[in-house]
Amino acid sequence: MPDLGKYAFAVLASYAATALLIAGLVALSLWQSARTKRALDEVEARQGKTDG
Amino acid sequence: MSIWEYANPKKFMQTSAWVLPWAVGLTVACLVVGLVWGFFFTPDDYKQGSTVKIIYLHVPSAMMAINAWVMMLVASLIWIVRRHHVSALAAKAAAPIGLTFTLVALVTGALWGQPMWGTWWAWDPRLTSFLILCLFYLGYIALWEAIENPDTAADLTSILCLVGSVFALLSRYAVNFWNQGLHQGASLSLDREENVSNVFWVPLLVCIAGFVLLFVTLVLMRTRTEIRARRLKALLARERVA
Amino acid sequence: MRALLLRDVRLAMRTGGGFGLGLAFFLILAVLVPLGVGAEGGTLGRIAPGILWVGALLACLLSLDRIFALDHEDGSLDLLATSPIPLEAVVAVKAMAHWLVTGLPLTLMAPGLGVLLNLAPAAYGWLVLSLLLGTPTLSIVGAFGAALTVGLKRGGLLLSLLVLPLYVPTLIFGAEVVRRGAEGMALGTPLALLAAISLGGVALLPFAAAAALRVNLR
Repeated sequence: MPDLGKYAFAVLASYAATALLIAGLVALSLWQSARTKRALDEVEARQGKTDG
Repeated sequence: MSIWEYANPKKFMQTSAWVLPWAVGLTVACLVVGLVWGFFFTPDDYKQGSTVKIIYLHVPSAMMAINAWVMMLVASLIWIVRRHHVSALAAKAAAPIGLTFTLVALVTGALWGQPMWGTWWAWDPRLTSFLILCLFYLGYIALWEAIENPDTAADLTSILCLVGSVFALLSRYAVNFWNQGLHQGASLSLDREENVSNVFWVPLLVCIAGFVLLFVTLVLMRTRTEIRARRLKALLARERVA
Repeated sequence: MRALLLRDVRLAMRTGGGFGLGLAFFLILAVLVPLGVGAEGGTLGRIAPGILWVGALLACLLSLDRIFALDHEDGSLDLLATSPIPLEAVVAVKAMAHWLVTGLPLTLMAPGLGVLLNLAPAAYGWLVLSLLLGTPTLSIVGAFGAALTVGLKRGGLLLSLLVLPLYVPTLIFGAEVVRRGAEGMALGTPLALLAAISLGGVALLPFAAAAALRVNLR
C-alpha cells in the first residue's frame, strides 16, 4: 500500500466510487443477459425450435 | 465479405460469442495492469501529491463518456440510412455505459476537485458540459424506455441522438463562452497530458486502453442481450397469434 | 397554412389553459422571487436577467405538450399529415402558433416584470431583443420534443427531460446578452450567436420534428 498522505480520502474514495459504479453496470448487464437468455431458451424449448 | 455482414443478427451473435471471451480477458488484463501500475508504482506528483492517481480513472472515463456518445451517433446514422437492427440495438446498449462513465468522470472529478480547488463542484466549462452530457444520456435512455414499439423507439431515439449531438456541441461552446477563464479547468484535465511526464503517461495509456476495451466488451454483451430480448418478444408474439 | 395558424392561435386562446398558464407562471415567478430573495441591496438587480430568462423558459415548457397532443388525440394530426401541406410546414406553423401565444406575450410582459426585479435601466432594450430572438428557438425545439413524445402517455415529464438540455445554449446566450446589457458591456457576440441558434433551429428543426412525427403516425 503506497503512502497516500493527506489526500488518502480523495484517492481511495475515487477508486471506491468508480469500482462501485462500474461493478453496478457490469452486474446489471450480466443479470439482464442471464435473464433474457433464460427466458429465450425457455420459449425456444417450448416452441420446439432451436434455430437462431 | 463486407462489414455489413455483421448487421445480420445471427452472424453478429456467432461472431460476438467468439470475440467476447477474448474481449473480457483483454479488458481485465489492461485494467488490472494499468490500475495496479498507476496506483502502486507511480510516484506522487510534486504539486498535487497522491491525488494524481485519480487521473487513471478520471481521464479514461471522461474520454469514453464522450466516445460512447459518438459511437451512438454513428450507430444511429447507420440505423437511419441502412436500417440494420443490430446498429440500433448497439446504440441502445451503449447508452447506459456512457451514462455510467459520465457519472464516474463527474464523481472522480468532484473528489479530485475537493482537495485541489477546495470545492466539490465549480461551474467550470468542462464540469458543466459533462452535467449536460449526463442529461442527454438520461433523456435518450428515458425515450427508449418510454416507447413500446421497438422500431419506433429506434427511429425516434436516432433522431434525438442526431439533434442532441448538434446541441451538445453548441452547449459545449456556449458553456465555454459563458464562463471562460474564470477557472483553472484546463490545467488539470486532458490538456495536462502534454506536460504530464512519462511516469504517469504510460500507465495512463494502459488504463485508457482498458476503458476502451471495457466499453467494447460491455457493448457487445448488452447488444447480445438486446438481440435476444428482441427475438424473445417476436417468439412470444408468434405464440400469442398461434 | 394561414388557416392552420389562425386555427391554432384561436384554439389556444379559447381553451384558456395553455395560453394563460405560461403567462401566469411567469408573473408568479417574478413576484415570488423578490419575496424569497429579499428586496434590499443589489442582489435582485444582479440576478434579474437570469431569473427572467429562466422564467420565460419554464413558462414555455409548460405548454409544450399541447402543441401536438390535442391534435393527436382527436385525429386531426393524421388529417394534417395527409393534407397537401408538407408536414415540415405544419410543424413550423404550429411552432409559430405556439410562439405567438407564449413567446411573444412573454417578451412583451418581460419589461414590466423587469421593474419588479430591479433590472438595470440599460438592460430593458436588450431583454426584449434577446427574448424576441430566443423564444422562437424555445418554441421550435419544444415542437421537436413534442413531436418525439406525441404518442406517449405521460409524455410531459419525458418531454421536459428531453428538451431541457436542448435549451441550454439559448438560455446561456440569452441571459448573457441581458447581463452584459445591464452592465453596459459589449454584447455583439452572444447576441449574434443567439440569433444564429434561432435561425439554424427554425431552418432545420422542422425537418427533424416532421421526421419524428411521421414515425409516430406510422
